[in-house]
Amino acid sequence: MDHGKLERNSILLLIGILIVVAIGGAVEIAPLFWVNGTVEKVSGMRPYTPLELMGRNIYVREGCYLCHSQMVRSLRDEVERYGHYSLAAESMYDHPFQWGSERTGPDLARVGGKYSDEWQRAHLSDPRAVVPESVMPPYRFLEQTPLDTHDLKNFLIANRKVGVPYTDDQIAHAREDLLAQADPNSEGLEAMQKRYPKAVARDFDGNPARVTEMDALIAYLQMLGTLVDFKSYRADAPENRR
Amino acid sequence: MSDKDIDKISGTETTGHEWDGIKELNTPLPRWWLGVFMACIVWSIGYWIVYPAWPGITGYTRGVLNHSQRDEVVANVNALKAARASREHALSAASLEQIQNNPELQQFALAEGRAAFGDNCAPCHGSGGQGARGYPNLNDDVWLWGGTLADIQHTITVGVRSTDAHTRQSQMPAFGRDGILTPAQIDDLVEHVVHLSGRPADERALRRSGKLFSDNCAGCHGPVGKGDRKLGAPNLTDNEWEYGSSREAIQDQIWNGHGGVMPTWAGRLSPETIKALAVYVHSLGGGE
Repeated sequence: MDHGKLERNSILLLIGILIVVAIGGAVEIAPLFWVNGTVEKVSGMRPYTPLELMGRNIYVREGCYLCHSQMVRSLRDEVERYGHYSLAAESMYDHPFQWGSERTGPDLARVGGKYSDEWQRAHLSDPRAVVPESVMPPYRFLEQTPLDTHDLKNFLIANRKVGVPYTDDQIAHAREDLLAQADPNSEGLEAMQKRYPKAVARDFDGNPARVTEMDALIAYLQMLGTLVDFKSYRADAPENRR
Repeated sequence: MSDKDIDKISGTETTGHEWDGIKELNTPLPRWWLGVFMACIVWSIGYWIVYPAWPGITGYTRGVLNHSQRDEVVANVNALKAARASREHALSAASLEQIQNNPELQQFALAEGRAAFGDNCAPCHGSGGQGARGYPNLNDDVWLWGGTLADIQHTITVGVRSTDAHTRQSQMPAFGRDGILTPAQIDDLVEHVVHLSGRPADERALRRSGKLFSDNCAGCHGPVGKGDRKLGAPNLTDNEWEYGSSREAIQDQIWNGHGGVMPTWAGRLSPETIKALAVYVHSLGGGE
């Protein structure tokens, strides 16, 4: 067709634009309707505990994703270094996801349990104190900033609105569960671990007197990559092929 | 079109419009560019047929090659394992001493150990194993939990104060923080520890500290402060200090009872890699 006709007739041009944008939109939006087919069926994944969720908020706030990815790519060398490639199921409760595209620092998808809480604390406060060649900025203020929990419940509710299966029970006890996870001697520990299986309770920042942003961030980091039970996951099953 | 308007200077066809005597050239796309563009379109059709491409109602088109990135990475990892298999098998079959005494196997273990150390151990122990405050130096001959190949292998496997059920475990009490001893008693003990390491200390404090030490410290550190590896209790008579040698540092340690955590590596690293790491750490200088 002579494009002169298209350019001189605004209605025709508008219809043409609509068709092209609709194709582009469909290609990007349509897969979201089949996302359930993309997420593998795994055992062990659970919504983040309130303390982990708050830690995740800090992770996002501080822009950790700008230098650290949270996705082990399905490439040989990645699997060799970081462990099993990341599954879609592992980030199904992430809103937004933290896959990242930049690796100034190492991938953190499986960093949970790799280092001690004390190391995480020392490293976040002053990275070069433990890793002299590091270029990471210090986050010393995390230790000194009490965790702001006044809108804690709203974060759980907001996550539920976008599909994270938080129960009414979990939302109602958000505050107790947060405090219980930051104090291994608390009474609410058992109830918290019942609501969030495999949740680890420790005094993450080494300061039992109060719950700081450092507590939350380390609780989040120590959970990363530890939830999915890979012993029961069959990578070669037809439904898990991609 | 019969009424082609050709620009006289460039010899190119114009669009036919004229604005105050100015005409716009209608330069055609270069042939080579058009060719590549068309070829890409043809290529994409081939790609859709061969590889996974279009989403459908219940899934997506798999493509005639039935390609899967996840299968590919598994195959790649398996190929790597196969390439290493003979030596990995040798590592797995040989005892630590046999690895140590077989130059070829030792070379392989050291190479594998060095790579694993850089990623997993260096963040705490330093890239050369030099350690830092709270993280033991692996180059010297001072070992909290033992420096033989088997000791090192066990420590790496289960960790120290880790989440592993068989972790190496001990905990120094926080004598000050938990109010077990008074500040004055702790000050006396600081002088005692300074004295144990062969430095001049306050005589009057030493006269009081002997009983304090045997009541509170000797159980783990031994009657003369030589330490106990079964409990990871450091030797107080040498000049290696985990948390610093100054009086302030010693006081802080007795007050708070710091004890570092080393994660268990059993789930994260293969038994062969842990063996290689044991050989590597043993070779750093202080292996027994």
